[in-house]
Amino acid sequence: MGFLARNRDLVLATVILGLIIIVTAIRPTYIAPSNLRGIFNDTSILIILALGQMIVILSRCIDLSVAANLALTGMIVAMINATYPEFPVLLLPLIAAAAGFGLGAFNGFFVWKVGIPPIVVTLGTLAIYRGMIFIVSGGGTWVNSHEMTPGFLALPRTVFLGLPLLSWTAITIGVAVYLFMRFTRQGRAFHAVGGNPVAAVYAGLDVGRTQFIAFCICGTLAGLAGYLWISRFAIAYTEIAAGFELQVVAACVIGGVAIAGGIGTVPGAILGALFIGVVNNALPVIHISPFWQNAVSGAAIITAVVINARQGTRGGRLILRESHGGT
Amino acid sequence: MAVLDGQPRPIPPTIRPTLGQRLMRWEVLLLLVALAIFVFNANASPYFLNPYNLSDATFNFTEKAIIALAMALLIIAAEIDLSVAAMLALASTAMGAAAEIGAGTPVLIVVGLATGLMCGAFNGFLVTRLGLPSIVITIGTLTLYRGLALVVLGDGVYKNYPDSFAWFGQGYVWWVFSFEFVLFLVLAVIFGVVLHLTVFGRWLYAIGNNPVGARFSGIRVERVKFSLFLLTGLMSGVASILLTSRIGATRPNIAFGWELEIITLVVLGGVAILGGSGTILGVVIAAFVMGLVTFGLGLLNVPGIVMLIFIGGLLIGVISLPVAVERLTRGRRGSG
Repeated sequence: MGFLARNRDLVLATVILGLIIIVTAIRPTYIAPSNLRGIFNDTSILIILALGQMIVILSRCIDLSVAANLALTGMIVAMINATYPEFPVLLLPLIAAAAGFGLGAFNGFFVWKVGIPPIVVTLGTLAIYRGMIFIVSGGGTWVNSHEMTPGFLALPRTVFLGLPLLSWTAITIGVAVYLFMRFTRQGRAFHAVGGNPVAAVYAGLDVGRTQFIAFCICGTLAGLAGYLWISRFAIAYTEIAAGFELQVVAACVIGGVAIAGGIGTVPGAILGALFIGVVNNALPVIHISPFWQNAVSGAAIITAVVINARQGTRGGRLILRESHGGT
Repeated sequence: MAVLDGQPRPIPPTIRPTLGQRLMRWEVLLLLVALAIFVFNANASPYFLNPYNLSDATFNFTEKAIIALAMALLIIAAEIDLSVAAMLALASTAMGAAAEIGAGTPVLIVVGLATGLMCGAFNGFLVTRLGLPSIVITIGTLTLYRGLALVVLGDGVYKNYPDSFAWFGQGYVWWVFSFEFVLFLVLAVIFGVVLHLTVFGRWLYAIGNNPVGARFSGIRVERVKFSLFLLTGLMSGVASILLTSRIGATRPNIAFGWELEIITLVVLGGVAILGGSGTILGVVIAAFVMGLVTFGLGLLNVPGIVMLIFIGGLLIGVISLPVAVERLTRGRRGSG
């Protein structure tokens, strides 16, 4: 068990491989490189969001507004593209990231300066951002694919070295976040703040500021994902990605990120997202009705949490529980 | 989740509140907000002060408020249940399936309540027996329950409910007072008595403030928490009966996203999201505030999605207000 606990990411990777092998045994075409590339590309947006969410959860917060942030920034860039088709497309991802940064900073401000619990703040902003889509789009109109310029739609689909740019974006962000979390002082600070906020204060860290930065990063990534989502699915409307925030949190949890903060790795979050992606892609292939998708991912989340908790460190609480059971 | 996490809470100098402290209570602030919205609405729309309209307005929050009562107890005991709307959907699906094979109204009620209880028991088992964080577990069971409803229903719809079943969501007890509304008030009184006047209620505050201390005081923390999850499941079953009966049909996306609205309502009612404090009166007033806001905006032809902005803004605004006031007064004292 000790080996398993230390190599949680390895276990998850094995489980994902096992899943792929089982599905391949039923449907040999599943293992085809083109299909695997497709699965990764389908999961790219979830990976990007899970990485941002991981940083927030690490610092003992949670961001439930990511999906609303994604939908709002996506609508903003879609409106810009539809209204000013001559506007350079390459600037739109930057605008989306900047808008996302603003929305994330808004969350972070209330957590840092007003001291409202993150779950409350982001519940509120979830509703606000979602409502603002309606206003930004001038009364809930849809932006359809024929209103978007070809360049806007083609950018994430452009194939470079065998992979679409969407996949490359996820890979680049994954590597960048890994290096950031591993080798910079700020990256380590998220772990410290989430693991033990009191000790972090004594170590000279500003807990509120660190959490604010976590929300900014998460918001920026959600904003970027907003552009990617809209241009990939070629449609923007109010309800886009509704409820997706819970899948993002689920990806983190499956990947072994502790909801109480302080514990979590970049490979874990990526594997957690991939697990959800593989499950979602496998069901139709083995002719299970897509209506099973939710039930299966729900069961997977619960199983993952149970296994993670079993492997987790056990401190003084164990003594209490035993003495409690003894009475 | 501020810096103070893990440190003891500040203890007030006196236990008995002064008159000023009594007036500065959260419930008073909420009541003022509710009154302001009421007066504003009455001025903004001539259709607002009509007993039949007001009665109709209660329908859009009673089902959520009934679940919120149980959720309040759960949050006071420092747990949370995000699967409430999914339990509602699954209970509604179970009732629909039972109605499809010709079950009568009494059987449907039993099926609805039993489904809620079973889902609540599963949540409670996972959280208390396996010691898992409830926010994570109930994200999982949310997906699972909603998923099971989807598996059973697919893209179909159940609508063959017996005629007598419609009374629960559409019937009136007396004059303009609907069964839903009366049931909500009765349940609110029961929950208020249990939380504020019984030993069980005291246990919840003790558990929410300090679970380890509560255990050492001889409170069976796990058992109490389990009963709260059961209760939340049961109330989701009750709400499921009301909602299904009111709209007369079940689709898998019934009550989608309600969990967040219900938690918003509880938090707006002054229940600390980290556990340990809150009152049923606050939750009841918050339910009326939400109901009045959505109804008033509806009369002004504000679309539902824009109401979200007001509800979210209300949540953040009302919670920020005491902090902002404290900051301002302290800042003035500091500079002066």
